[in-house]
Amino acid sequence: MRRAYFKNNWIAALMVTPQLIVVFTFFYFPASQAMYWAFTLEQPWGGGNTWVGLDNFRAILSDDLYWSSVWLSIVFALGSTALAVGMALILAIFVDRQLAGYKAYKIGMIWPYAIAAPAVGLAFRFIFSPGAGIMMFVNQVFPDLWNPVENGTQAMAMVILAGAWKQVAYNFIFFLAGLQSIPRSLIEAGAMDGARTLRRMRDIQLPLLAPTFFFVLVINITDSFTDSFGIIDTMTAGGPSRATNLMVYKIFNDGFQGLDYSGAAAQSIILMGLVIALTFVQFRYIERKVHYT
Amino acid sequence: MAQISIRNVRKSYAKQEVVHGVDLEVATGEFIVILGPSGCGKSTLLRMIAGLESVTSGDITIDNRVVNDLEPHQRGCAMVFQNYALYPHMTVAENIGYALKVAGLPKVDRLARVQAVATSVGLTEFLERRPGQLSGGQRQRVAMARAIIREPKVFLFDEPLSNLDAKLRVQMRHEIRRIHNHIHATSVFVTHDQQEGMTLADRLVVMNKGVIEQVGTPEEIYHRPASVYVGGFIGSPAMNFLSGQISAQDSAVVLANGAKIPLPVPLAAAHDGQFTQIGLRPEELALVPAGKGAFDAAFEFAEELGAARLYHFQFEDLMLTVLSADKPAVEKGKPMGIRIGAGAVHLFAADTGKRLSAKVGSRERELV
Amino acid sequence: MIERTPILNIVTHLILASGLILLLLPMYLTIVAASHTLNDVIAVPPNLLPGDQLWVNLTEAWTKGHLGDRFLNTFIVAFGVMTGKIVMSCITAFGLVFFDHRLKMPIFWLIFITLMLPLEVRIVPTYAVAANALLPFQTLLDLSGITWLISAVSGIEVKMEWNLLNSYAGLIMPLVATATGTFLYRQFFLTIPEELVEAAKMDGAGPLRFLWDVLIPLSRTNIAALATIMFVYAWNQYLWPLLVVTDQSYAMVAVELGRLVPKLSATGGEVPKWHIAMAGTLIVMLPPILVVIFMQRWFVRGLINTDK
Ligand SMILES: Nc1ncnc2c1ncn2[C@@H]1O[C@H](COP(=O)(O)OP(=O)(O)OP(=O)(O)O)[C@@H](O)[C@H]1O
Ligand SMILES: [Mg+2]
Repeated sequence: MRRAYFKNNWIAALMVTPQLIVVFTFFYFPASQAMYWAFTLEQPWGGGNTWVGLDNFRAILSDDLYWSSVWLSIVFALGSTALAVGMALILAIFVDRQLAGYKAYKIGMIWPYAIAAPAVGLAFRFIFSPGAGIMMFVNQVFPDLWNPVENGTQAMAMVILAGAWKQVAYNFIFFLAGLQSIPRSLIEAGAMDGARTLRRMRDIQLPLLAPTFFFVLVINITDSFTDSFGIIDTMTAGGPSRATNLMVYKIFNDGFQGLDYSGAAAQSIILMGLVIALTFVQFRYIERKVHYT
Repeated sequence: MAQISIRNVRKSYAKQEVVHGVDLEVATGEFIVILGPSGCGKSTLLRMIAGLESVTSGDITIDNRVVNDLEPHQRGCAMVFQNYALYPHMTVAENIGYALKVAGLPKVDRLARVQAVATSVGLTEFLERRPGQLSGGQRQRVAMARAIIREPKVFLFDEPLSNLDAKLRVQMRHEIRRIHNHIHATSVFVTHDQQEGMTLADRLVVMNKGVIEQVGTPEEIYHRPASVYVGGFIGSPAMNFLSGQISAQDSAVVLANGAKIPLPVPLAAAHDGQFTQIGLRPEELALVPAGKGAFDAAFEFAEELGAARLYHFQFEDLMLTVLSADKPAVEKGKPMGIRIGAGAVHLFAADTGKRLSAKVGSRERELV
Repeated sequence: MIERTPILNIVTHLILASGLILLLLPMYLTIVAASHTLNDVIAVPPNLLPGDQLWVNLTEAWTKGHLGDRFLNTFIVAFGVMTGKIVMSCITAFGLVFFDHRLKMPIFWLIFITLMLPLEVRIVPTYAVAANALLPFQTLLDLSGITWLISAVSGIEVKMEWNLLNSYAGLIMPLVATATGTFLYRQFFLTIPEELVEAAKMDGAGPLRFLWDVLIPLSRTNIAALATIMFVYAWNQYLWPLLVVTDQSYAMVAVELGRLVPKLSATGGEVPKWHIAMAGTLIVMLPPILVVIFMQRWFVRGLINTDK
């Protein structure tokens, strides 16, 4: 533990106050407000909220539409995470070989990090649009093969692809950093032991990458629950027939379109719980970091 | 068991050359130690033998086969790394047996050999642990075991003991020598610790700034350093250097203040008039009353070493050290005579730094 | 390392090249679409090479989407988030690392927990705060009975109000209210050797002096990293500005993108103006891409230290 500190504690107080105020105003208060709404119901004709206990939660949990949004969120989370993590892992492990062109590959794989979700959404919506470009051509050759505007499964596939594409860069950065933090001498020892490139990837690099892998996995799942809004809103607006109505999107709709604050707040709380639970899972894995010798 | 030759090997990173043409022959079963200061290119040379670095030019052969383009595992070398490079996710047994596993040896044979090697280095109790759960010395043994199990033709060590404490270092040094005497693999051992080098080596290679300064047995290198650099680098406390000019007439080196240090006649005759650096080892000097030695110097202070005492003298504008087991009492500021033992003068050319000797015909004969 | 793996090298390049193509293809198709007229965009078979309408489309997207104004707004917000975050994280982490007080760990956790809940998850209640940023304090006063006390004593109704809707403050402040940067700075400050603090004390430097003369110069890399991450983060905000901005003079670029093409649910038979939409997308993508490519080295380091 450290021993060297400054003594003037009032300066410390001054330093942390701004952030505490902001965090209280925009974080703790809203969170407690959500709690309040989740356990109360607004009276139709004014007159404040009445305490309804777990009624809001009961209503949500018995709502098929809610469960379908949970299910869709899971499909989206697993689909986009599997694609994004898998692709980033393969790219990172091969970029890490540092063959000629290594720097160019690296930049080429990092830049998509900069792109806004709605921009990704819009670009992918155009690319997969049945009424323009390549997919229109495909439809002419095989009539009615592709129509995400009507077909829910295709719409889901489309948003999963867009979500995965957006996430690859982020994962790539972490995997590459993880690979580069493996001491060089371990790889060399592997080479002396007669393991060739692919064998070393399997026996040395991948196992040592495990902590990064779990971290990235959990971050991706968490992000897919929260970050998906921009993609869904620009690509499908939750449709067709609610086929891509993920949890975040439903909360937004119920709260701001349907003005059902209590329902939206209860849903928010469930989502928060889920995200916090996942974060804790992640910390458990991070703790198991491998000790390099 | 193998013989290694290194012929005019150079290594450049980008534009910068860090090894400038090295020649070295290592005989079968020999234990060679490469000694040199930090950054002189020892590791680079070793890693070129291992195949972890490519050579920029020149040839490396192992058993008369040029290995320049062979991959590390095809060269029959094993290496012990400075930080051990143990695989943190494998147990000790898995670490030791990994090379055999890659080679496709069946599990039963593998386990038997791991067991045997572990016994020989005293690791049997730790086979199921991970490297993170071992002490520094135990990790060191695992690294050794991992190299031994492959029965390599060549053993390479890159400062394997530098992470250990002093006592353990001496102990592991003996262990390494014991293992070498047992299996007799050709070994190349890199270190910057001269004591380690002296005690381990059959022959020492002293490197400086990317070139080999001298190759020889520890005795040779100590008694006949080939250059000012080697003289100053080997030996502790370090060699004293004085400048002067050789006079054949006086058969001595004349120092700036007129003092004369006598030389054997043939040596003085061979280099009459040459400006020179004289190397004097502190342990080969003796203290005598003022006026009785080769020259006088003013006493400054002494360091107690237990078995002996190290005296520091002011001579002209430099400091001179004398190691004496007799520990005579001396007063500060008082001049003392310094006597030079027979055969204790090392002469080096002032311009090139190379050792001067009397040449008779083509055969070099050391007369000092 | 000497290793001859010609086949594997070819395979490696093939894999990497296909990965690169997968990542670049959407961008390419966007550029192609942005450089044709609408008729060419929806032509069959599709045009796969760029056309000559790029400039025309870019200018139309720029004017039609009022991108000039939106850019200005977005820059202001991004800049505000960037500076706010850097300054606040730096001083908060400083207060948490270099002083010893009993509240240190509780405060750290209070702030650290905010890492777990991104804005999207708590959007509904946060919106309520934006309508009146002083609501939390009003509520505190109400609950603690102070409001009642004041009105009973003086007859004055305490009503605090600060509407953040349609304002830069409203766009910026909630985005600053997370612990990303604080965490990054704390991690960095913890690596500063104690001897440095002791040396500063011996030299007679007080805490503020130490912060200014030692810590800030040492944390330049962190500042660069955090600035890049925050710029991209703020530039790409979508949901929050969508909610708090109704007056278009405060609109941000990403939201404007969403308007270039009608909602999928709303499309009648009419074909969206893809060429303009894609041109707009290109314009909006450009600043953050440039920033990331330029700042690549620092930003990668920052991202890895923050764990987002
Ligand atoms: N990958 C590299 N790129 C550029 N220069 C390098 C590289 N590796 C080593 N060098 C340079 O080559 C020289 C020799 O390095 P080397 O590692 O062989 O030194 P060393 O004798 O082993 O030193 P030490 O005792 O500190 O380990 C050094 O000056 C070093 O800066
Ligand atoms: Mg070295």
